[in-house]
Parts: sequence; C-alpha cells; structure tokens
Amino acid sequence: MFADATASDTALRRFLHGLPGVDAVGLEARAATLGTRSIKTTAKAFAIDLAISMIDLTTLEGADTPGKVRALCAKGVVPDPTDRTAPKVAAICVYPDMVATARQALDAAGGRDVHVASVATAFPAGRAALSVKLADTRDAVAAGADEIDMVIDRGAFLSGRYMQVFEEIRAVKEACAREDGEDAHLKVIFENGELATYDNVRRASWLAMLAGADFIKTSTGKVAVNATPANTLVMLEAVRDFRAAGGRQVGVKPAGGIRTAKDAIKYLVLVNETLGDDWLHPDWFRFGASSLLGDLLMQRQKLTTGRYSGPDYVTVD
Amino acid sequence: MSPIFEYAPAPESRAVVDIAPSYGLFVDGEFREAADGRVFKTVSPSTEEVLAEVAHAGAEDVDAAVAAARRAFGPWSALPGSERAKYLFRIARIIQERSRELAVLETLDNGKPIRETRDVDLPLVAAHFFYHAGWADKLSHAGFGPDPRPLGVAGQVIPWNFPLLMLAWKIAPALACGNTVVLKPAETTPLSALFFADVCRQAGLPKGVVNILTGDGSTGAALVAHDGIDKVAFTGSTAVGKRIARTVAGTAKRLTLELGGKGANIVFDDAPIDQAVEGIVNGIYFNQGQVCCAGSRLLVQESVHDELMEALKRRLATLRVGDPLDKNTDIGAINSAEQLARITELVDSGEAEGAVRWSPACELPERGWWFAPTIFTNVTQAHRIAREEIFGPVLSVLTFRTPDEAVAKANNSQYGLSAGVWTEKGSRILAVADKLRAGVVWANTFNKFDPTSPFGGYKESGFGREGGRHGLEAYLDV
Amino acid sequence: MSEMSGKPGAHTRLSVLKTYKLFVGGKFPRSESGRVYEVTDTRGNWLANAPLASRKDARDAVVAARKAFGGWSRATAYNRGQILYRIAEMLEGRRDQFVAEVAAAEGLSKAKATAQVDAAVDRWVWYAGWSDKVAQVVGGANPVAGPYFNLSTPEPTGVVAVLAPREPSFLGLVSVLAPVIVTGNTAVVAASERAPLPALSLAEVLATSDLPGGVVNLLSGRTAEIAAPLAAHQDVNAIDLTGADAELAKELETAAAENLKRVLRPSAGDAGGEDWFADPGTRRMLAFLETKTVWHPMGV
Repeated sequence: MFADATASDTALRRFLHGLPGVDAVGLEARAATLGTRSIKTTAKAFAIDLAISMIDLTTLEGADTPGKVRALCAKGVVPDPTDRTAPKVAAICVYPDMVATARQALDAAGGRDVHVASVATAFPAGRAALSVKLADTRDAVAAGADEIDMVIDRGAFLSGRYMQVFEEIRAVKEACAREDGEDAHLKVIFENGELATYDNVRRASWLAMLAGADFIKTSTGKVAVNATPANTLVMLEAVRDFRAAGGRQVGVKPAGGIRTAKDAIKYLVLVNETLGDDWLHPDWFRFGASSLLGDLLMQRQKLTTGRYSGPDYVTVD
Repeated sequence: MSPIFEYAPAPESRAVVDIAPSYGLFVDGEFREAADGRVFKTVSPSTEEVLAEVAHAGAEDVDAAVAAARRAFGPWSALPGSERAKYLFRIARIIQERSRELAVLETLDNGKPIRETRDVDLPLVAAHFFYHAGWADKLSHAGFGPDPRPLGVAGQVIPWNFPLLMLAWKIAPALACGNTVVLKPAETTPLSALFFADVCRQAGLPKGVVNILTGDGSTGAALVAHDGIDKVAFTGSTAVGKRIARTVAGTAKRLTLELGGKGANIVFDDAPIDQAVEGIVNGIYFNQGQVCCAGSRLLVQESVHDELMEALKRRLATLRVGDPLDKNTDIGAINSAEQLARITELVDSGEAEGAVRWSPACELPERGWWFAPTIFTNVTQAHRIAREEIFGPVLSVLTFRTPDEAVAKANNSQYGLSAGVWTEKGSRILAVADKLRAGVVWANTFNKFDPTSPFGGYKESGFGREGGRHGLEAYLDV
Repeated sequence: MSEMSGKPGAHTRLSVLKTYKLFVGGKFPRSESGRVYEVTDTRGNWLANAPLASRKDARDAVVAARKAFGGWSRATAYNRGQILYRIAEMLEGRRDQFVAEVAAAEGLSKAKATAQVDAAVDRWVWYAGWSDKVAQVVGGANPVAGPYFNLSTPEPTGVVAVLAPREPSFLGLVSVLAPVIVTGNTAVVAASERAPLPALSLAEVLATSDLPGGVVNLLSGRTAEIAAPLAAHQDVNAIDLTGADAELAKELETAAAENLKRVLRPSAGDAGGEDWFADPGTRRMLAFLETKTVWHPMGV
C-alpha cells in the first residue's frame, strides 16, 4: 500500500514532510472545545466503565517489587472489592523483569483475560544499541508479555534519520514474535514532549504505522509533557487518515498525566468525535495510567450510590 | 458519531434567569410604557414560546429618550474620564457576575447555543466594557489630538444575531468617549438589552446616559432620523444601511455602518487540513451562520477539493443540532420565521441554479425554526448563493487553481467584511491577506474577535471600525 | 493672457495661447463632448476656453483611475513619497507660471498669489513625507487576548472623486488632492468651476513627475454636472465634497449611499470654513483609508 513511501530514505522523508501541517493554535482550540462536552447520567456511567476497561494499569518505578506488582494485578482484576460489577482493566504494564510475576499474579487472581504489557527497548530513554533493545524485547515476550511498549529513538527522529527509526520499529516488531506463532502487540511510544511539535507527532504517527505498529502511544510518563488532549488528537487524526488511505486500523494510547475521571472522559469524547465507534474499545484505545483508576472508581461509586466517595473507599496499590 | 456513546441531554438550567411577563422602555433611568401603549411579544425561536411582552416605542418615546440623553450629556461628558471609567469597570464586573443568567437569557431569546453565549458572547461583552473603561481617561493619548471631544447623543441600532455583544460594541466606546446613547435592540431579541438596563441601575449609572428603546424597524427609523442626535451607529443589513446613509445625508450627524458580508474562506492545497476543516465549520456554522463576517464562500484549491469535502462532510456529521440550552448543542435555532424563510428561499435558488446540495442526516425539532447545516458544491460566481448574503448555516463551495484566481474570486463581491486564508506557507498568507479587500482577514483561523482588534468592512460592508483605538474615532469629534 | 508687446513702432508679437485640456489616464484629451466654456479673470476679461467635461468624461476618468489603482496602491510607500516630492520639484521650477495663473484667476496681488503657490509646493512636500509614516501612526499590533499576532494596517479605499474647493483655486486643489493619492488612492478631480486653469496646468506638472497615468485625472466644467455621475458611480469608492455647496453636497451624499461611498463632507461655512494655510493634520488622509486587521495564530 505505502511501499513507495518507504522505498528509500529520501522517499520516506518526502512522504513524511508532505503530510498536511498542524496549526498548533487551531488544534489546541479544537481539543479544548471538545473538552467542554458535558457528559451526564447514563453516558457518564458508560464512559466510566469503558475507561476502566481501557486502562493499562502501570507501575514503572526503580523501586518496583514483586509485592507491588502483585498488589497492582489484584487491583486490576478486581478494581472495586465492594462492587464486583466494575470491569477489569485491559492490561498491567510493567518493566520486563516483572512480566512473569505479573502474569502469575493475574492468573492467580482470575484475570487470565487481563493482558501483561511490558515496556522494552531501553525504556524510557531508548539510548542503547539496537541489539540490546531487541534482546530486551525478546526477553519480555519470552516471559509472557502480550504487549510490548517500545520507545522510538527520538535523537534519530529529531536529526531526520527517519529510515533508522523505521527500521528499528520493524526489527522490534519482528522481535515481538512469540513461540505460539502470534505476535505480542507492539505499541510505539513517541515521547511527544521531546518531539516538541505537532507536525513531528503527526510524522511520527505515520512513520510508526508504516513500520507496523499496532498501537501508537504518546509518551513514557517520564518527562515533563506527556499525553495532552491536543497531541492525542493529532494521533487520532493520523490513525483515522491511515485507515482511510487503505492502511490497517491502529490503536492509540495516551499515557502520563491522565489522573481524573473527568480527564479520561474528555479523551473518550475526542475518540468518539474523531473516530467514532470503531475505536471505542480496549482493543483500539488505552489509557496508560496509575492513579486514574482510583478516581474512576470514586466517580463510579458516586453514580451508584448518589454519595460523593472518598479515597478511603478505594484500594491503594 | 458513535451510537454506543450517545451523550445524554445536558440542559443548562433556566432557573438562573427570571423573565418578567412584560417590560417597558428604559428612558431617563426608569422603565416606562410606550406613550401610545403599544406592545409586542418576543418569542423563543427554539420553542416558539412567548417569553415576554415588550413596549413598542413610537415617535413620542424617541423624543423623550433623545431629550433624556441630551440632558444627561452635559454632566456625563463633563465628568473626569477616570470617573466615567469607573462606571464602565463596574458594568464590566456586574456583567461577569451575571454572565450565566445573561447567557441563558440570550440563548432563550435568540436561539443560539448556550455553548456560544457562555463561551463567546458573554466573555466578549464583559471584555469589551473592561477594555473601553480603560480608554475613558486616556483619550488624549489615543492619537486624536490633545483633548478630543465627544459627539453628543448617539442613536444606535443593533441586530439580533449577537444582541448583547452588539450592544457592548456600541455602548462601551460611546460612553467611554463621553457620549450618551439611545439604543434600539432588534425586534426579535429585545430582552438582553433590557436586562442590561438593570445592570446600569446596579452600577449606579446616571439616569439618561443609557436609554433603551424596544421596537421594530419604524422605531429605528425614527431614531436615526431624529434631529436631536449627533451620531448614528448601525449594525445590520446593507439595504437598511443604505437607507440610513440617505437619511443622514446633508445633516451634521456622524455615521458608522457595520453591514453585510459574503466572506471568502480560501483553502490552499498545503493548508493544515484538520484545522482548516474546523475553521470552515466555525466560519459558517457558528451562530447558525447568522454572522455578518461568516465565511460563507469556501474557495478551495481544486487539487484538494475532494479530500477537503470528504473531511468536511465527515465533520458535519458530528454537529449536534437541537435544544440551544443543551450544553452539547453545536447548532441552535434560526432566529425567526422570517429569517428561516429567507434562508429557504436562497437555498431553493441554489438548487434551481444547479448547485449540488448536501446536509448530514439530522433530526430537527418539530417546534421552532430550524435549518440543517448545508453545503452547496458546484457553485459558480454567477449563482445567487455565491453573491447574496444568506445569513444562515449554508456554505457555498467554489474552486480555484491559482492564488491570483483565488484573490480575484474572493474580491469579486459588493461586500468586503471578512476573509480567511489557509496555508502553511507564511509568505503566501502575507501576500494573499495583503490583496484581499476585506476589513478583517483571518489567517489559519476564523471568527476570532477581541475588543482590542478593530472590526469593520470595505465597500458595501460599511464604514468605520469598532474595537481597538480605531473604534474610538467613531465617537469623538475628530 | 494675450497681450501686445508694447513698444510703439516695433513689431507686435502675438503671444501663443495655450489650449487647456482635460487630464485623463495620463493623456490630455479634449472633452468628448467637444464643449468648452469661457474662463475669465475676476474682472470678467477672457482668460481661456476650458473644456466643459461631460458625464462621459467623468466615466472615462473613473475607468482610468480604476485601472491605475492596482499599480499605484501596490507601489511602495517610499516610491509614492518620491513621486510626490518630484511633483513639488517640478512645480517649484514652474513657480512663476503658476503665480501668474493664480493671480489672474483669483485677481490676487503677486505677493498673495506667490504665497499661495509656495504653500502649495510646500504641501506636496509635507504629504510626500507622510507616505511611509501614516501606516505606523494609524496602524499597529493589537494585543488580543489569545495566541494570535494581530495587526491592523491602513489601506487606500480605492477610486476617490474629489470636488476641489472653489477657492483658493490652486492651494485648495493641492490640499485636497495630495492627501488622497499619497496613501495609494487614485483620484478623479473636478477643478474649481470658476478658476480651473491652475488645476489644468497642474496636469502638465503631474505628467512630468513620474506619476503613473490615471492616478490623477483632472476635469474642468460645471461641478454639479461632473459630480452627479461620480457620486452615483458604482465603481467610485469615496467622494470628497469639499467643493460642493450645502444643497449639492446633500444631493451627492444621498446618491453616494447607493454603494456606501466614504463621504468627506464640506467644512461648515460656504468654502470659507477651512484655513488652507494651516497645518492640514491627518484628517484628509484618514478619510480615505480602510483599516484591515489580520489575525495570525502563533504556534510552533
């Protein structure tokens, strides 16, 4: 489909730079306007449960331990012990060395259908040799990861070495192959805060999709600017346009900084109005978050009981 | 749009606004009935519900209001500018305090979505008073000489599309410069001006400085023809503007006119396409297209026509038409049956002349006056829908091949109020904006307003500017 | 102007009279009507036959002015300033001629006529200097509340019809014409009906000052007859009524409403309301400028 675009370094550059530009002010205004949508009653209840089911419940700390990961898994499977109707999260997101622990914990808690996602490729900086990144990826896949969240080489991207970034994504995608013949799903993280411009976010989106990404993801959560409604909107437009141009359907994952139910609902409104039904599913849209789940549960309790809830009534990780 | 994520209704509460069953004229600081006792009804366009009965001012009432304004002029113009400023600051603050109430009121009386009255009209109204308040004691620094004088009594006639905002555009600079005013709001949207009278009361504004006369076209005609006024400011149709220009010919009355438009929104093939789509939508569907500076003619470079139309239609399918009080409504009601008839007539002519009509699937409420957002493709310069102001949610799409052709088509109009340019190439923006014969050019944006930014037209879109330092000239003897 | 050279017994030399013509599109046509009218000095002595311009001459002048507008309005302000200054230079060189014409036309002493011509030369110089300053004085950035670069700039309104004051025939004419063209407008001027000759001679100066043809078009004749079609003309953007009396001004302003021309009304008082020797200020330039405001988003 897009073979011409990736035929050479020059062709790829020409293609990416030929994408329509993004006017930052207009983009942010549109994202802000959609943020004023007022979601009430049944629509809100639906949105909260949908948001919970889209969470990649995440812990990515140097201080992570098996105990911490097991607690997180338990919460992912049973988010609200007082209300079993609350849906499970989509996945637990951890470092590669915690993948096996997470898988065991999820299975033990009755969460076989909850995925394990692992960051890889020298997350979060991505500053390692390709061989190391691939080994990192294979390690996580071998340990049972269903999804790999890789980071792109922002240095290569910013210095215009698009083909290098493209080849690296391809190689990681190949490294996602599992023994059972399936592939771990590949999420490609751009680190929008470091790409700096929306034009770059749009180019990175196309670059990743051309290279085989199953998902495109805003950020690592480790830098100052992570997911914003505006940079997520650019990515939503990119997956929409990619499919309209004959490409695959690709998922989107904003990550970092989404902490409240109100925030999450704004993102769902963005998805709803930009992409519609086809993407309103955990297969196609995810939230990378840790504290978000707690607020969604409090809002859920408020809708169920009519009373405002408090942090004492939701479990900590 | 997703049927699995259908937003539940989110209506703004009507309880914040208390509409009385009837209103008088606001003359000399008091509400009074019309001298001949005539009244008319104002109706909510989205429900056809009668909101209130309003006094209909006749010639005698115009006399009284002008006389009151004349009496107030001496002391008001003699006040130190810093004192006039404080009254205007008070008004700005009270409007901010009462903005939710006024937004709901405006939506009820006008039919426009609460999202717009809340996020656009009311913030701009307050900002306009705040901005002009600051000028009142700085007029000697405005570039009109060391001690510029006010004109006297201003007769001001405003339209129904932005009732309170147009009031602010008229009253704020007039008062800041030391004039007193007699203002006539539009027949179909009198209420917010009457509520503004109450804001003046709360602000302690001296009586007679602001007088509000409700009525129809005959009231406005009597006001602009009155011998006792020194200045006429009118916003409305070009046809009425010409009549007024004839009326004041040979008199000493100063005149500024803010009239119709047929704004060209030019999209080049290198435009930021997603933002251009938003700009087109905002340009023609904002306020149901009932905007004098609407981007009602879309000029698209032929090479991106199909792509842009597809994106635009996809976007239009997500517009929510319906109850203006619902916070999720994008497109509200048409202001009156008369306006709806005019839109319908022009749209029919577009079809008859061979343009291709398209609207997204949308259910329109049974009661009230509604028109679905509409796009006409295959439009040529010769079609009525490419030349006449429709003042409704109807976009006429034309194509061009070269920048020169775009400019030539854009300028080929009796009007010259607004234009838009969409391109990522900075030098092209500057070159095209320079050649457009329009008072406001929006580059990679549309329908943006600010009290510091002068607004007004070329050619038959009127003369004079409103806003900014430039706007003061209309109310000073310079 | 005709005179015998006076030495008794010597050969008398008959002077060569000038045929006064209109100035349209950079050329010097006669009136298409073929009509002329007699112009006299204040004592009633014949001075010349001036063309009696018709409505068709007015129409042709508008066409020429429209044609010239694109180029003149796009010329750099610096270039327009230089050309206006060149007009002053050319006029200075023909100072004696204009003093004689003004003195004859208005019955002035040589000193008074000289003062008028000198003031007219200086007026061209004054306006020449405005060409590249007016945009900075009346335009500028507007501090809007949002991420936009917002700039207002003045632009010429287009074709301006100018009714020159009846007197002073020459300083008055220059005082109303220069502010119209310095900002990039083009002009169709009806010269003083009673004293058109200095105006028609000015055309000879304009034609040799690098001023593009059609930027200034000069008509002589009956003011009311020339003005009526100009006021009603749909391709005229503005009208300066300075040379009209109150009754005519009202009639013309009413006609001008048909396409909403910008109208500069005559000063109060019949032709005497204005001190033509005073600092003219910016009023006459501003009357024929539009303000264009352009919004640009500021984002990376």
